[in-house]
Amino acid sequence: MNLHAVRAIYRFEMARAGRTVLQSIVSPVISTSLYFVVFGAAIGSRIQQVGGIAYGSFIVPGLIMLSLLTQSVSNASFGIYFPRFTGTIYELLSAPVSYLEIVMSYVGAAATKSIILGLIILATAALFVPLHIEHPVWMVLFLVLTAVTFSLLGFIIGIWADGFEKLQLVPLLIVTPLTFLGGSFYSIDILPPVWQKVTLFNPVVYLVSGFRWSFYGIADVSVPVSLGMTVIFLAVFMAIVAWIFKTGYRLKS
Amino acid sequence: MFASVSPIISVSDVSKTYASGFQALKGIDLEIRRGEIFALLGPNGAGKTTLISIVCGIVNATAGRVLVDGHDIVADYRAARSRIGLVPQELTTDAFETPWATVSFSRGLFGKAPNPAHIEKVLKDLSLWDKKDSRIMTLSGGMKRRLLIAKALSHEPQILFLDEPTAGVDVELRRGMWQLVHALRERGVTVILTTHYIDEAEEMADRIGVISKGELIVVEEKAELMRKLGRKQLTLQLHGTLDRIPPALSRHQLELSRDGSELTYTYDAEVEGTGIVALLEDLDYAGIRFKDLQTSQSSLEDIFVSLVRDAR
Repeated sequence: MNLHAVRAIYRFEMARAGRTVLQSIVSPVISTSLYFVVFGAAIGSRIQQVGGIAYGSFIVPGLIMLSLLTQSVSNASFGIYFPRFTGTIYELLSAPVSYLEIVMSYVGAAATKSIILGLIILATAALFVPLHIEHPVWMVLFLVLTAVTFSLLGFIIGIWADGFEKLQLVPLLIVTPLTFLGGSFYSIDILPPVWQKVTLFNPVVYLVSGFRWSFYGIADVSVPVSLGMTVIFLAVFMAIVAWIFKTGYRLKS
Repeated sequence: MFASVSPIISVSDVSKTYASGFQALKGIDLEIRRGEIFALLGPNGAGKTTLISIVCGIVNATAGRVLVDGHDIVADYRAARSRIGLVPQELTTDAFETPWATVSFSRGLFGKAPNPAHIEKVLKDLSLWDKKDSRIMTLSGGMKRRLLIAKALSHEPQILFLDEPTAGVDVELRRGMWQLVHALRERGVTVILTTHYIDEAEEMADRIGVISKGELIVVEEKAELMRKLGRKQLTLQLHGTLDRIPPALSRHQLELSRDGSELTYTYDAEVEGTGIVALLEDLDYAGIRFKDLQTSQSSLEDIFVSLVRDAR
């Protein structure tokens, strides 16, 4: 195992976040605060409790998931796409590093950044609404699993994309809508029965539901199903990454 | 010592066909000797960069095998790659990084423990020390080129690939680059370079390989190549002018200039009898007087051009 390389890439990627602190930390915090103002204070004051939880508190896990998903994808996709774009990828390809080490360091750094961000949003939320975490260990587990899973998805997008437009396309057209429609801001109970069934095809439902359960002990779908679905996504994305490196797709001719 | 005579790079029957169907390399066999400076010459698109990219692991070969210091570049890629430093043709750098950070990064990437003293030495050797904390995008083109060399040398490689190291580089910097290459050789580093500038190969290389349309058409010691393929010419400036070459001189390889005032004799300097004495005697006998004479030797460039032309 070339640990020096893993450390070098990881530190390089973390340093990149340090340089873009406004984009990677400040802007998500501001947008989260805006959600609280709009959904929590303005609209939430007119909404009854959801499952015995004040609406402002109810949306916290969903809000963290929203940022976690979008930031994991954009961090990881940018991290691997940019060297391809500038051409500096030649060095990575010619280095004595294994595919596993490349994925570990890029995905590890992207996941670390989004976890830190998730925790910052959690702290921001605590300023607005009363918070309560019933299963802290599960909370961290869901946080880490989701961050890693969607950083893998981001890595795949970063290798697939052949322009900045495609890089934005998946987060914008798929991840964000699925998150909004995945019960981040509501319990899927309130949907008509048909839409409840449709919603179950949305993978984000399972992530948000499991994560919210770790906070308040209430869930839209059962916790083992949530966990199982998260692990399945993780496995699928890992398989795609393994295929990418095996075939050299978009990396090597 | 056996180790010193075994080649440091051994390329056997390597071919590359790109997905587009373009066959970039056709069964290349090449051995690079330990500690030599090897120049790979060839026109654009001949396959120079493809060959380098295969050895460095950036492009997969379609067929064939490459050993680097005895290590297979696929099965034993870690051992093979950790011995190689690559300076690419394009100036690809991270705009927002500093030279210090990017050179340290390269060292780590190639599996070496941090060594600030070595990074300092490399940056100083390449006159980048006073820029070590500047953003790379503020550096000039020549500095970026040197920075890429610094990155390639950060992990103390035994082999250095320089792909077009002096393309778009000013004269002074080129001289500096040549000195650097010689200094590396002194330290036992094997250097393989591609270039468009024939004079560069003539100046630096121990051996030369010429590649054309994916095939190595010649691999030879530079001196040997120039001796074998080089030609000498003797030019005589005549007192008067001639309409045509007199029959008395027909046994000599002569060419008459268009205005009839110069005779050019082409000969092989390696052959015992150059024929010069006989020519001069025949000239005297024919009563042709000349006022001046000069000899010239074909350059590597002439040799290269004729080789590549013949291969077409």
